[in-house]
Amino acid sequence: MIYDFLLKLTGSEIAAGFIQSLLPLFVFILPFALFAVLLERKVSAHMQDRLGPMRTGYHGILQTVADIIKLVQKEDIVPTNSDKPLFNIAPVLVFTGSYAAFAAIPFSSAFIGSNIDLGLFFIVAVSGLVVAGILMAGWASNNKYTLLGAMRSAAQVISYEIPTMLVILTIVMMTGTLNLTTLSELQTGYFWNWMILGGPVAGLVKLAFIPSMFIGFVIIYISTLAEVNRTPFDIPEAESELVSGYHTEYSGMKFAMFFLAEYANMFAVSAIVAAVFFGGYQSPIGYLGNTLDILWLIPIEQFFWFTFKGVFFVFVQMWLRWTLPRLRVDQLMALCWKYLIPIAFVNLLIVGLITVL
Amino acid sequence: MNIYDIIFYIFALATVGSAFMVVTTRNIVHAAFYLLLTFFGVTGIYVLLTADFVAIVQLVVYVGGILILLIFGVMLTNKITNVQIKTGSLQLFPAAIGVGLFAGILVSALLNTEWKTAAGEAPKTTLNGLGFLLMNEYIIVFEVLGVLLLVALVGAASIARK
Repeated sequence: MIYDFLLKLTGSEIAAGFIQSLLPLFVFILPFALFAVLLERKVSAHMQDRLGPMRTGYHGILQTVADIIKLVQKEDIVPTNSDKPLFNIAPVLVFTGSYAAFAAIPFSSAFIGSNIDLGLFFIVAVSGLVVAGILMAGWASNNKYTLLGAMRSAAQVISYEIPTMLVILTIVMMTGTLNLTTLSELQTGYFWNWMILGGPVAGLVKLAFIPSMFIGFVIIYISTLAEVNRTPFDIPEAESELVSGYHTEYSGMKFAMFFLAEYANMFAVSAIVAAVFFGGYQSPIGYLGNTLDILWLIPIEQFFWFTFKGVFFVFVQMWLRWTLPRLRVDQLMALCWKYLIPIAFVNLLIVGLITVL
Repeated sequence: MNIYDIIFYIFALATVGSAFMVVTTRNIVHAAFYLLLTFFGVTGIYVLLTADFVAIVQLVVYVGGILILLIFGVMLTNKITNVQIKTGSLQLFPAAIGVGLFAGILVSALLNTEWKTAAGEAPKTTLNGLGFLLMNEYIIVFEVLGVLLLVALVGAASIARK
């Protein structure tokens, strides 16, 4: 719908497509990152019985803006013995990987970057670029801490992609679609049609699905948490042992780019969880636009609900970060290969059996 | 020349150019990262051919899997264990024969194939058709490949335990 509007406005397919692809960045990711960085600091502060930033603006709301101005002014330092071209490309590659995922995220029924039939699969696939970027950053910095961080990160992301894929496969088997818009449309109506509560089926089958769906949700949440390298899975960054992992040597705007990519990624994985298990952009309690008979209000409400769900899961990620200690490398791999993957496989089998019966 | 032609030439140039750099560059890590660009260019060409599923599988398998493992291996051997990886031209003569033969086969295949040039309606998604074919007509091949991969996995695990 927004694409049609842009097409009418500009009169050219290319310009419309270009503006459409830039919309999530300027309308969504940048404001979201501004908000999320402050939220992270506030959440961490209040969990530790502190106040967090208080001086810039009311309760510190301008703190992130001040930080960005500081980062822009900083000198761009490139280490002497680094691999300069790769060092400069790496932040861009990491950000490209996390931004590409936004192409298939349905923000509302009126706006999705590209409504492709393989949306869910595409989002998982492009995250591979992030890993390549992280490895590139770690290697090009020519620093043993960055290299170790990059190695750990790559190993972790590759391992945890498997449980994520298995849970997505479970959902695909139930619904028969990989298209995120269709998936959201399926879960329309009220919250009991959400996948986490058994999806849009009625009767005993729904009850049979609920435990499997709940297990699937926990697995996908843990493994996507690991894929974005957040605590308790932050051994790639691990401030206390690796300085700050693969982006130790970066400063100024390049560092800001890694930071932006991290927050964009956090939202992207939360959005997947929301779209797959929590109804996507569908409202849990019906639409005000339907009651008042104002149709243009519905996409706006959907955007609100989608953002709300996404930000809620980002908040849970922060909550976990400031509550749980970091896992050791062996515990990390054991959790993935010995617990999550077998459970996901069994879950897949059970859901398959129920679907067939 | 419309916009899709231009996009195609950008991807084609990226693929061919980076593939050339993969074999000529002296730095093995650079070669690995050029390979990333090659795979990515091929993905773009698949998308332009409306082979959406193949494109994404290319991204998952080659960029997300094989390439990451490759870079991983190169980085581990290069920087952590201090083994110098040789990058030079060895065995020029036999290699030339092999490449020449292979190029001959490719060129003859190109020339002798009857290309279908009729403009067909591109399907919106290839996913359903592919799934149907894999689960019906090519089910035996599909299963055998699955078993083969499982055998490879078990073999890798047993070698790693020693």
